[in-house]
Amino acid sequence: MRTGRLFAAAPVVTVATFALPIAAGFVGTLAPAFGYLPAIGGHEFSLSPWRELVAWPGFASSVRLTLVTGVAATLISALFAFGFCAWAAGRAWGPRAAAWLAPILATPHSAFAIGLAFVIAPSGWIVRALSPWLTGFDVPPDVATIGDPSGAALVLGMVVKEAPYLVLMTTAALAQVRANEHLAVARSMGYGPTEAWVRVVLPQVWPQVRLPFLAVLAYSLSVVDVALILGPSNPPTLAVLAVRWFGDPDLRLWFPAAAAASLQLVIVAASIGAWIALERMIARAGRRIVEAGRRASTLSTLSSLAAAGVAIIGALAVAAMTGMAIWSVASQWRFPSAWPGAFAFDNWSRRIADIASPAANTIVVAAIATLCALALAVACLEAEERRRRAGPPPALALLYLPLLVPQVAFLFGAQVLLVRAGLDGAVAAVVWAHLIYVLPYLFLSLADPWRALDPRYARTAASLGASEWRVLFAVKLPILVRPVAIACAVAFAVSVGLYLPTLFAGNGLVPTLTTEAVTLSAGADRRIIGAWALMQALVPLAAYLAAVLVPGRRPAR
Amino acid sequence: MTALALDGVRIALGDRALVDGLDLTIDAGRCVTLMGPSGCGKSTLLAFVAGFIDPAFEARGRVRVGDDDVTACPPQRRRIGILFQDDLLFPHLTVGGNLAFALHERVRDREERRARVEAALREADLAGFASRHPATLSGGQRARVALMRTLLAEPRALLLDEPFGKLDAPLRDEVRRFVFDHALERALPILLVTHDEADALAAGGPVLRFGAAGPLHG
Amino acid sequence: MIRRFLLASVLAIAAPVLAQDAAWNDTLAKARGQTVHFNAWAGDEKTNAFIAWVGEETEKRYGVKVVHVKLKDTAEAVQRVVAEKAAARDAGGTVDMIWINGPNFLSMKEQKLLYGPYADRLPNWRYVDTVKKRSNLVDFTIPNEGYESPWRMAQIVFVYDSKRVRTTPTSIAALGAWAKANPGRFTHPGVRNFLGSTFLKQALFELAPDPSVLQRPATDANFASTTAPMWAWYDALKPNLWRGGAQFPENGPAQRQLMNDGEIDMMISFNPSEAAVSVQSGLLPDSVRTFTLAKGTIGNTSFVAIPYNASAKEGALVVANFLLEPATQARAQDVRQMGNFTVLDLAKLAPEDRKRFDDLPRHPALPTNAELGTTLLEPHPSWMTRITAEWERRYTK
Repeated sequence: MRTGRLFAAAPVVTVATFALPIAAGFVGTLAPAFGYLPAIGGHEFSLSPWRELVAWPGFASSVRLTLVTGVAATLISALFAFGFCAWAAGRAWGPRAAAWLAPILATPHSAFAIGLAFVIAPSGWIVRALSPWLTGFDVPPDVATIGDPSGAALVLGMVVKEAPYLVLMTTAALAQVRANEHLAVARSMGYGPTEAWVRVVLPQVWPQVRLPFLAVLAYSLSVVDVALILGPSNPPTLAVLAVRWFGDPDLRLWFPAAAAASLQLVIVAASIGAWIALERMIARAGRRIVEAGRRASTLSTLSSLAAAGVAIIGALAVAAMTGMAIWSVASQWRFPSAWPGAFAFDNWSRRIADIASPAANTIVVAAIATLCALALAVACLEAEERRRRAGPPPALALLYLPLLVPQVAFLFGAQVLLVRAGLDGAVAAVVWAHLIYVLPYLFLSLADPWRALDPRYARTAASLGASEWRVLFAVKLPILVRPVAIACAVAFAVSVGLYLPTLFAGNGLVPTLTTEAVTLSAGADRRIIGAWALMQALVPLAAYLAAVLVPGRRPAR
Repeated sequence: MTALALDGVRIALGDRALVDGLDLTIDAGRCVTLMGPSGCGKSTLLAFVAGFIDPAFEARGRVRVGDDDVTACPPQRRRIGILFQDDLLFPHLTVGGNLAFALHERVRDREERRARVEAALREADLAGFASRHPATLSGGQRARVALMRTLLAEPRALLLDEPFGKLDAPLRDEVRRFVFDHALERALPILLVTHDEADALAAGGPVLRFGAAGPLHG
Repeated sequence: MIRRFLLASVLAIAAPVLAQDAAWNDTLAKARGQTVHFNAWAGDEKTNAFIAWVGEETEKRYGVKVVHVKLKDTAEAVQRVVAEKAAARDAGGTVDMIWINGPNFLSMKEQKLLYGPYADRLPNWRYVDTVKKRSNLVDFTIPNEGYESPWRMAQIVFVYDSKRVRTTPTSIAALGAWAKANPGRFTHPGVRNFLGSTFLKQALFELAPDPSVLQRPATDANFASTTAPMWAWYDALKPNLWRGGAQFPENGPAQRQLMNDGEIDMMISFNPSEAAVSVQSGLLPDSVRTFTLAKGTIGNTSFVAIPYNASAKEGALVVANFLLEPATQARAQDVRQMGNFTVLDLAKLAPEDRKRFDDLPRHPALPTNAELGTTLLEPHPSWMTRITAEWERRYTK
C-alpha cells in the first residue's frame, strides 16, 4: 500500500527535520556552558561558567523573578481564560468572542508590549488622560508602573497575550466535547451554570488544553522581548541575562551566558514536570469535591471576576494598539497631552517603499512554512491512524522541544550547522528555521480536532470506493476546514513574529517585517514603532479573520 | 449474482474470542441477520468484513465476494457497501454532491452523471433535491439518500450496522422496506446487524444469534 | 643633468605615492561589481538614510554596491563572524564591514577575526586628524594598528531641557548637587551598556586622586583607592536618581525616550549633535540644549572594520575610503543629515572642502567646537570591566 507507507514515513521525516538542528542547538548550548568553544578560545571543559553564573550578584533574585513571573503569568492567564469561558457558557454570544480576539493574537508580542508600556507608564496614556486636571501632575510621577522590581508589569504584559490564546484553544476544544448537552444535564440537577461548567465541562476539555497550557508555561518562563520592555532590569529575568551576556562585547561572557541558557532549559523542564505531578493531586482533590455534590459555591462570582478581568485585558489591548496607531501618524506628542500636538500623515507614505521587500519576504516565508507544516502534521496524523497501537508515536514528543529551549542559546548551534552546509542566508534556510517553531503550534492546534473526527466518514467514503488520497482531500480536509484554517492562522502568526530564527538562519540577509521592526525599535522612536507594529499585525490578522470567517461544517444531528 | 462468504473467521480481543470458526455464506438477494446484546462482537464482525477492523483485535479467516478473495484487499477495493446508524452524509457536499461522490469516475460525461444522480433521487422519491444541503433534510429523507449513495457505488455486497436505530417507529418500517426492496432488487447479499426483532422478521433470512455468554460458533 | 637629477628626486619622492596609487587603482579595479554587506546598527532612521546615500554614491562612482545589514546590536555581527569561524568558513564570509569600536573591536582583534592592517593604505587617510583627535589611532588605550578606519567622532555631552533646568552643573560634584535638588529627574543607562559605563568612567576622571593611572591597566592595588571617591559620590547620588536608582533604561535611545516623555530633565549622550538632530526629528522638545563639563569629557571614535573572511574586501576598502572623503564627512556633520562630528583635521583640507564645513547650518542645541572643550581619552578597558563588576556587586541584589 504505497500511500500507507508514505504516511508511515511522515513522523520519521518530521522528526528528522528537527533532530539535526535541535541536536546542533543542544550541543551549541551545552558545550559552551561547560567551557568548550574553540572559536573564541575555549578549548577545555570546565565548570567555571557555572561558577561565574552562580557568583553573579543578582543570580538568586533573577532565578526567583523568572519563576515567579513565569508561573504567575501562566496561572493567571489560565484562570482568566477558564473563568471567561465558564461565564460565557451561559451566554448565547460566547463563541463569537473568538473572532474579537483575533487582533490581539495577531499582533507580535514585542509590538504589543511596547504599546502596553505606553498605556500604563507613569508618562503613559492613562496618566496623561487624567493629568493635570485630576492628578495635578505636570511632569510624570516617579513611580515604577513598568519595569517594577516585582515583575507585575511583565506578568500583565504576558497575561494580555496569553489569556486570549488560551480562550481560543479552550473554545476550539469545546467544539469537540458536547459541552451544551452536558451543561444542560448538570443544570437540570440543580447546579448553576458556572458550577456545572467547572465540574462537568472543564475536566473534559482540559486534556485538549493541557499542551497549549504547557506551551504558555514554557514561553512565560523564557520570554525575552517582553521582559526587556516591561520587566525589571536590575536584576532582569534569567533569559534577559543570557541575552545581555551573549551580546556583550567581551566574548568571554558567552560561557556564563550559555550556562544561564542551559539553566533556563532546566527550569522550564522542571516546571513542566512539577505541573504534571501537581495536576494529579489537583485531579484527585477535584474529584472528591465534585462527588460531594455541593450545589452552591462562590464560583459564579469568581468567574464574573475573571470575565471582568478579561474585559479589562481587552480594553488594555485595544488601548495599546490604538495608541500605537495614533503614534504612527503623530509628529509630536508630549506629556501631559492626551492627544498628539501635531500630526504627520506622511509618516506612512514615506515608509511604504521600505516595507515592500520585508513584507514580501514575511508573507512568502510564512506561507511556505505553514504549508510544509500542514503537510507534515496531516501526514503524521494520518500515520497515527494506521499504527498498530493507538496514539501518536512517542518520538513525536520531540516536536515540542523547540518550545522549551530558549531561542538564543539553541540557535547559535543551528547557525553554525547552516554555515557549514553553506545554506545560511538563503530563504530556504529561513523557512526551515521557521518550520521548527511553526510545526509545534500547528500540530497543537490541529491534532485534537483531527483525531476527534468521526472515523465513519472515512470508512463510508472508502466503502464507496474512494482511494486514500481521495478520502483525505475530498472528505476529511473539507469537513475539517475550520480547524485547519485556524491552525494555519496560528502557524502563520507565529512565523510572522519570529525574530531570532530569521536573524540567525538568514544572516541578516532576509529582512522581514519583524526583523525590521525590532532593529528600528532599538532607536526608541514610538512613531516608527507604531507604524511597523501595525504592519506586523496586519498580515497575521488577515489570516485569522479568514480562518474565523470560514463556515464550520457541523454535521446534521 | 455474487454471494458473500466468510470462511473460518475468528476474532479475538486478548484472550476472549468474540467469534470463533465462523463459516457463513450469504447468497445473492438474501439477507442474514446478526443479533445479540451490545458488546458481543457483531459490529466488530461487520468491520472485519468491510476491512476496517481495529488493529487491537486479532482476526483470522477469509472473506470472499463471489470468486474474489478480498481478505487482503484494502476497504476501497472490496466493493462492499456499508450503512451505519447515522446517515453520515458528507456535510460539506450537497445531496447531489454526496450521490455523485459515489459514482465511479468511469462515468465521465457530466450529463450522464447528473442523469444517474437524478435517477437515484427519483427512486428515493426525492426528485429535485440535488442542490439541497443534507442539514435541511429530515431524518427519513437523509436515510434514503444514504442508501442511494451506497447503491450508486455499485457494491457487490451490503452491510447494515443497525441502520434504522435512529428512526422513529412509523419511519422505520418505511425506510426498512425501502432498503430491502432496493438492495434485494439488485440481488445483493446483505449482512444485517440489529437488536430489533422486527428488522430480523422483515429481512426474512436466517438469523444468527450471538450468545450473551460465550462466542458464537459456526 | 640637473633636470635629470630633479626628475630622479621627484620620482624618488613620488614613488611611494605612485606605488600607493597603483595599488589603490588595483583595489578599485577588483572592487568594481562587488557588493559590500555593511553590518551597522539601524536604530536611527537618519543614519540608515545616510548609509543608503553612501551606497548610492559608491555605486555611481566605483560600481560598488552597499547592502545595509540592519543590526539591533553590534554584537550580532560579531556573533555571525564567530559562528562562521566556528564553522571553518575562512573565506567568502557574509559580513564585509562592521560599524564598530571599543570593546567589540578589541574582542575581534584579540580573537583574530579582523582583516588588516589597512587604514593607512586608504588614500583619504591623509586627511584624518591623528594629533588632536588621538582616539582615531588609539581605541580605548589600545592602538588599533590600522585594523579599523575612523568614521565618526563621539564625545560625552549632557542634554537638558532648558525650560526646566535653570543653571547647568559644570562638574561631576555639581551634578550630584543638582540631582539632590531635583530628585528623580536624572538617570543613566544600565552599566552593561557602553553609555552607562562611560558615565561612571567620566565621573572617575574627575574624582580619581590620580587620573593618569587610568591610561594603564587597573590593578588590584590601585583599583580600590582610585575608585573610592567615585563610589562615595555615587552612593550619595543613587537615591536621587530616577526610580530611586533601582531601575535604569536599557540604552541611550530608551533614555532619550524618557526625556521626551518628561520623566527626566537631563541625560548623558555620546553624540554632541544628538540634541539638535533629535529636535529636527521630533524626538525631543525644542527647548533642549547641550552642555559639557569644565574639565573636559571623554571622547572616542567610531570605526569601520573588515572581518578576516569578508568576501568583498576590496569593496569594503573603497567604502571605508569614501567615508573619509571630506565631502562625505561634511554631509555627515550636517544636522539635517546625521549630525556627527568629523574625524578629519580641517587644517589638512583644501580650502573648498573646508568651506563645506564652515557652511554647515547652525542650531541652538548644537555646541560649537569651542564649547566642546577638551576631549579626554578613554581609560584602559580593564577599568571598565572592573567598574561594571563592582557596580553590580554593590547595587544588584
